Amino acid sequence: MIFFFQILISGIAVGGVYALVGLGLVLIYKSTGVLNIAQGAVVMMMAFIIYCLSVQAGLPFLLAILISLLLAMLLGFLVERLCLRPMIGQPLFSTIMMTIGIMLILQSIPVMIWGTSLKAYPKFLPDQSYNIGGVLISPDYLWGFVISMVLFSAFVLYFRYSRAGIVMRAVADHQMAAQSMGVNISRVSGIAWAFSCLVAAVGGVVLATITSVGVFLGPIGLKAWPAVIIGGLDSIPGALIGGIIVGVLEGLSGGYLENVFMGIKDVAPYAILLVILLIKPYGLFGLERIERI
Amino acid sequence: MKRLPSGIYNETYAKDMAVIRTKAHWFWAVLALAVSFCLPLIVSATVLQLVIKIAIYILAAIGLNILVGYAGQISMAHAAFMALGAYTAAILNNHGVPFPLGIIAGGFLAGGIGIIVGFPSLRIKGFYLILATMAAQFLIIYVIEHWGSLTGGMFGLEAGIPELFGFDLSSDQAMYEVTLIFLIAGTFFAQNLSRTRTGRAMVAVRDSDLAAEVMGINIARYKLIAFFIGCFYAGVAGALIANWMGAITTHLFHMNLSIWLLAYCLIGGLGHNLGPFFGVPILILISEALTEMTTALSSQFPWLLTTIVPLHDLIYGLAIVLFLIFQPRGLGHRWNIFKASYRLWPFSY
Repeated sequence: MIFFFQILISGIAVGGVYALVGLGLVLIYKSTGVLNIAQGAVVMMMAFIIYCLSVQAGLPFLLAILISLLLAMLLGFLVERLCLRPMIGQPLFSTIMMTIGIMLILQSIPVMIWGTSLKAYPKFLPDQSYNIGGVLISPDYLWGFVISMVLFSAFVLYFRYSRAGIVMRAVADHQMAAQSMGVNISRVSGIAWAFSCLVAAVGGVVLATITSVGVFLGPIGLKAWPAVIIGGLDSIPGALIGGIIVGVLEGLSGGYLENVFMGIKDVAPYAILLVILLIKPYGLFGLERIERI
Repeated sequence: MKRLPSGIYNETYAKDMAVIRTKAHWFWAVLALAVSFCLPLIVSATVLQLVIKIAIYILAAIGLNILVGYAGQISMAHAAFMALGAYTAAILNNHGVPFPLGIIAGGFLAGGIGIIVGFPSLRIKGFYLILATMAAQFLIIYVIEHWGSLTGGMFGLEAGIPELFGFDLSSDQAMYEVTLIFLIAGTFFAQNLSRTRTGRAMVAVRDSDLAAEVMGINIARYKLIAFFIGCFYAGVAGALIANWMGAITTHLFHMNLSIWLLAYCLIGGLGHNLGPFFGVPILILISEALTEMTTALSSQFPWLLTTIVPLHDLIYGLAIVLFLIFQPRGLGHRWNIFKASYRLWPFSY
C-alpha cells in the first residue's frame, strides 16, 4: 500500500510539471489557435541555458533562473515574430509544420553546444526526504509541485482579474470581435508565446532538478501534449487535471506493469490519448465544436 | 490548365487526357526510363546506394503526399508504417515466401493498420489528428520492439535474401531495378489517382470537408481510402528497405523519419505529384554532403563528429521554416512556373 501511495505522490508531482508545461500549450492555443509542437524542445533548451548560466558561468542559481526566464520570454517573442507571424492566413498544415521546424532547430542547438551527456544542477535543495506516514517524499518533487502549482494559480488569477489577462481571453473567445473592440491581436499573441516559453522554462528547471539535464528532456516535455489533449486543448483546469492523470498513469504503469511490458511507462500516456480521442475527441473539459450539416 | 506549346492541339478526348502529350515529351520519357534502368552500369557503387535510398524515400513520400497533400490528413506515423511493411516483408522472406509477394503483403498490412489509425480522423482533424497519429507512431514502434518472439525485439531482424526463381537479387544492382519498378508503378498510380474521382474527392475533402459532404462525397470513405493508399506506399517502401539492407531494426523508423518525410513533401510541394522527386533528393543530398564534410573534417576537429546528427536536424528544421516563409508551395510550384515560362518564351502572354 505504501508503494502505491509512493507512486501516486511522485506521479502527482511529475503531473504538476506536465500541467505547467501544458499550460503553455493551452495559452498559445487559446489566443492564437496554434498548437506549439516545439514546447518540449523549449523545455530542453531552457534547462540547458540554466545549466550554462549557473554551472558554466558560475552565477547564483536563483539569478540564473531569473535571467533564463527573461531569455525564455525573449525567445517566445522572437519565435512569434519571425516564424508564426508570416503564417497568419496560411492553412493549418503550415503552422503545424512551422512548429515542427522550430522543434527540430531548438532541439539540435543544445546538442551541438553542450553534447549528449547528462548534466546536473548545483545542489540547492536538502537531501533529506520528508516522511509522511511511511511515504517518502523527496524535496525535489515536493518543491517542484509547489512551484508548478503556485505558477499555475498565478496564471489562473491573471486571466481572471488582470486587464491583459481579460484581453487575452477575449482574443481566445473571438478574434474578430476582440479586434473590433480595439485589442491589438498581434501583441496578444506575442505575449502568449512569451508566457508559454516562460512556463516551459520553469517546467524545464523543475524536470531537470528531479532528473538531470539532458537531451531526453525534449521527449519528456512532449508528454504535456497527452496531458492537454486529455484535459481539452482550450481548458486551463483541464491542463491541470490532464497533467496529473498523465503523471499518475505513467507512475502506476511504470510501477506495476514494467516487469511485464518493458518500457510501457513511456507509451501508456499515448495509448490513453488515442482512447480518449476516439471516445471524447475534445478532451474532458475542452470546448466541443460541433460541425453539422 | 496545362498550357501546350504553340501549334499543338488536342483533337481527341484521349489526347486531352494523356499524361504524356507531345512527341518531345515521349522522347524525354523514354530516354529517362532507359537511362534510369541502365544507371547501375554507369554510376559507382556508392552513388548507386544513394540513388536506391532516394528512390525508396521518394516512394514513401509519394504515399505521404497523397495522404497529406491530397486528402489533407496529416500523419506523423509514416515511419511506423514503413516499419510495419519492413517487418512483414522480412518475416515472410524468412518463411520462404517469394519476395515480391512479401513486399506487396507489407504494403497491405501497413495499409490495413493505416485504416485503423485513420479511424480517429473521422471524428477529429487538425492538431488532434496529428497527436493521434503521433501516438500511433509511438505505439506501433513499441509493439514491434516488444514482440520479441516475432520481430526480434530491440536486436532487429535478419530479412533474408530476396530471391526469385532461384536468382539471388540481393546485390545493389538488382535491388535498384526492383526499387525502380516499384517506383515507376507507384508514380504512375499516383499521377492517375489525382485525376480520378477518388483523387478529386480527396482534394475536395482537404479544401473543405463540410462543402465536400454537401456535394455528396462520403468523407469517411475517402479519408480511409487516403489512409490506406498512403500507408500502402509506406509499407512497400519499408519492405524495399528490408530487402535491400538485409537486416532491420526499429531505429531505422524513428519518429524523426516521420518528420523528415513531411519535410520532403513540404519542400517538394504538397499536393504536387512531382513534389517528392524534388524534395527527397535535395534534402538527402544535403544531409549526405553534411555527413561527408563532417567525417572529412573530423581528423582535424574531432568534436565535429558529435554534431552530425544535430546539424542534420538543424538543416532540416531551417529548411522547413525558410520554405514555409518564402516558398510555401514548394519547389513543385517553382517548377510549374518555370515550365509555363519556357513554353511561352519569348512571349510571356
